[in-house]
Amino acid sequence: MNNWTEIVALDQIPKLGSRVIKTDTMNIAIFRTSGDEVFAMKDECPHKQGPLSQGIVHGTSVTCPLHNWKIDLASGQALGPDEGCTNVFPTKVENGKVYISLAVAVAA
Amino acid sequence: MKQRLVMVGNGMAGVRTLEELIKLAPDTYDITVFGSEPYGNYNRIMLSPLLAKEKVLSEIMLNDIDWYTDNNITLHAGKKVTQIDRARRCVVAEDGTEALYDRLLIATGSDPFLIPVPGADLPGVITFRDIADVNAMLEASREYKNAVVIGGGLLGLEAANGLMKHGMKVTVVHLLDSLMERQLDKPASTLLKSYLEQRGMNFAMEAQTAAIIGKDRVTAVQFADGSEVEADLVVMAVGIRPNVELAQKAGIYCERGVVVSDTMQTFDPVVYAIGECAQHRHQCYGLVAPLFDQARVCANHLARIGTSRYEGSVTSTKLKVTGVDLFSAGDFNETEGDEAIVLQDSASGTYKKLVIRDNKIKGAVLFGDTMDGSWYFSLMREGTSIADFRKTILFGQHDVGDAGHGDAERIMSLPASAEICGCNGVSKGDIVTAISKGGLFTLEEVRAHTKASSSCGSCTGLVESILASTVGEGYSAAPSKKPMCPCTEHSHDEVIHAIKQHELKSMPAVREFMDWKTPDGCASCRPALNYYLLARWPEEYVDDSQSRFINERAHGNIQKDGSYSVVPRMFGGLCTAKDLRTIADVSDKYNVPEMKVTGGQRIDLFGIKKEDLPSMWKDLSDAGFVSGHAYGKAMRTVKTCAGKTWCRFGTQNSTGLGVQLEELTWGSWMPHKFKLAVSGCPRNCAEATIKDFGVVCVDSGYELHVGGNGGIKVRVTDLLCKVETEAEVLEYCGAFTQKYREEAHYLERTAPWVERVGLSSIKQAVVENAEERKALYERFKLGQKFAQIDPWKARAEGEASHEFTPLRIAG
Repeated sequence: MNNWTEIVALDQIPKLGSRVIKTDTMNIAIFRTSGDEVFAMKDECPHKQGPLSQGIVHGTSVTCPLHNWKIDLASGQALGPDEGCTNVFPTKVENGKVYISLAVAVAA
Repeated sequence: MKQRLVMVGNGMAGVRTLEELIKLAPDTYDITVFGSEPYGNYNRIMLSPLLAKEKVLSEIMLNDIDWYTDNNITLHAGKKVTQIDRARRCVVAEDGTEALYDRLLIATGSDPFLIPVPGADLPGVITFRDIADVNAMLEASREYKNAVVIGGGLLGLEAANGLMKHGMKVTVVHLLDSLMERQLDKPASTLLKSYLEQRGMNFAMEAQTAAIIGKDRVTAVQFADGSEVEADLVVMAVGIRPNVELAQKAGIYCERGVVVSDTMQTFDPVVYAIGECAQHRHQCYGLVAPLFDQARVCANHLARIGTSRYEGSVTSTKLKVTGVDLFSAGDFNETEGDEAIVLQDSASGTYKKLVIRDNKIKGAVLFGDTMDGSWYFSLMREGTSIADFRKTILFGQHDVGDAGHGDAERIMSLPASAEICGCNGVSKGDIVTAISKGGLFTLEEVRAHTKASSSCGSCTGLVESILASTVGEGYSAAPSKKPMCPCTEHSHDEVIHAIKQHELKSMPAVREFMDWKTPDGCASCRPALNYYLLARWPEEYVDDSQSRFINERAHGNIQKDGSYSVVPRMFGGLCTAKDLRTIADVSDKYNVPEMKVTGGQRIDLFGIKKEDLPSMWKDLSDAGFVSGHAYGKAMRTVKTCAGKTWCRFGTQNSTGLGVQLEELTWGSWMPHKFKLAVSGCPRNCAEATIKDFGVVCVDSGYELHVGGNGGIKVRVTDLLCKVETEAEVLEYCGAFTQKYREEAHYLERTAPWVERVGLSSIKQAVVENAEERKALYERFKLGQKFAQIDPWKARAEGEASHEFTPLRIAG
């Protein structure tokens, strides 16, 4: 079951950009695409734990700033010949506010 | 319902098209493939190594039967198509199998040419075209002794070499007086012949085959002059011709090949043709690299993207006969108005010839030492002027400016465990495995699969050599026009030009005008476009921080643990006790775990948390520091020596000049990082001759040096010119910098840029033409008006605060 937590107003996340959410246990990266879709995932690249929040967002993927791995924002899967996956969290946008659910981590 | 795509012919060009198509538009078509051979798709250029038993069948398979199943492709292997019914849009195979199409792709390749002499149909007379031919040759070599190969071209010599390896006595019959006349000039051909003779190959030159003699099987070949040579096996390798029969019968317009447009469409627009059977702008191609270029274009069109066009290819050849190093490209026989540069050392078996016109390479033949073949080929393709290194060009690239090819020969003898890519820890074995398993053909593919050569790029030459030696002729050197990134078909030069020419002033404008394939670009084209726009339209373009690599967005260097480093600017490397005290205080205040003096004479503070950056910058900014830009594709530092104020050898005020240069250039965004240095005398303590722009002071003035690099590949600068005053140093520096900013490709340092465009063209603009120099300098200063706003101060005052402020939630 989703347990929604309000995080921030949508306009506080730059288009094609991200913000970092600090929780007690980890950092979560929250991304906004050019079409105003919002995605959240653990702020760690499956390759060498690079902070994905610092990468360049394009389409619905982000390129890790450390070694250019491309991660699909929706699934957390590495794209192209690279293999690996990072945890993603459900998000929703309602009335200009962004919500995240930490109760379930989708995928591996 | 999905559209139906039928492909006739199951060879390399065709299947490559399908692979590209599936990548672009996986669900657009139901695909059916007809192939006359009972196999999947194999690497036809590897037939020679297969014959020579250097490879086995499984090693030359590119797509096995499973690949077709996995991609939902219906494969009719071993079924020859006999008819295309264009009215019903249907192809019919020999056994009656039919397939309807919405789009048809003809990839029937070519047929070996049989000379029509009596006895040509005797058992024991074969061609050299497919796996069945190889098997026939292997079988004959076990039972028989004498082989005759008719045709002294590339294919014939490879067949002869293979048969000789299996113990047969081989005679090569050639109609002309020189071997491989389409690839080699006379001297190289003579060297090749004597080399092969030494290895036991026999030749009958200028010999016209009149008949093939034999009753139940061939026994001899008879020539026009009546003489004969014994033969138990005859291999005809006199040439190939495009297989156009099927297309012709269907009424599709053919000349030598099936005539296609730049989108690989035949005169019937739902029918495409590609590969050896196609004729494009009067050319038929038989080499792999151009066929793959065609495949890319054809797939793009089939996927209904329609943004790319095939504009022909320049080709080069390498002979796959073990022990023979041979390379040829372009027009290697000089005609009137051409000049030839030749190096001939018959004793050591080395011959090199370059054909030059207007200081550009038109063609090349190399025998014995082909190490620099790919370099000559790229100079030829890019049309680079060789005026600056004409005298030494034949001695190879390492003699001109090191770009990493010096080790190319050594690579062959390296063990599989040898590390090739030091950045990503990739061994030679890893690369070879990835190439053979993944069916990789290009540098880009090897980069994607192994990460080799994808970081600093210094091993690119080595990786290319491994690629070339592993896939042989199939290696496609970078296409003649290299797209900026997978989002576009356009090259860096075309984009730079269009931005200027058509006054494109925003990223969406560029992407729309130039038919970008992705809505927001990617991590590789966005920073490039952002830079090009900023450099061209400094007054109007608004920098897009989301298109900046994180270092430039956060104005610090991201470290591997996600923390940042901070380098305050110290102009000319000069500082005061107060400056150092400020830095020490800041370091204490923020618990900086480590400090270091950098190679560029500045102080680096490591391990700073991102959220601390703005307040740290405020403290530094209050004390008068600005950003050192140590993180950016930007002007970095001016390194200086003590100079004549203190040094007993100093001839000029090197520190003072260094400060002036840094004040002029700081804050400027560049295609790549840009370093300067000023040395007070020719002892050159500031190492100015390995900088992007270096000044060496002498008693009578200032020597200006450009294009040096102390990094990945050390390159010593070229001398630009000598000037007499400090004001001139500033003007020349600004002009040179601006020329680099306006013309270099993003992420191209001055060293490769100078080598690519040639020092003469830079001298012409910056030294010889005073008007142009002044204009460049003015444009540089205009850009600086907008660039010299300290990003640290701005952020300390609250700009882009979202970048530095994390959100918090419990849980």
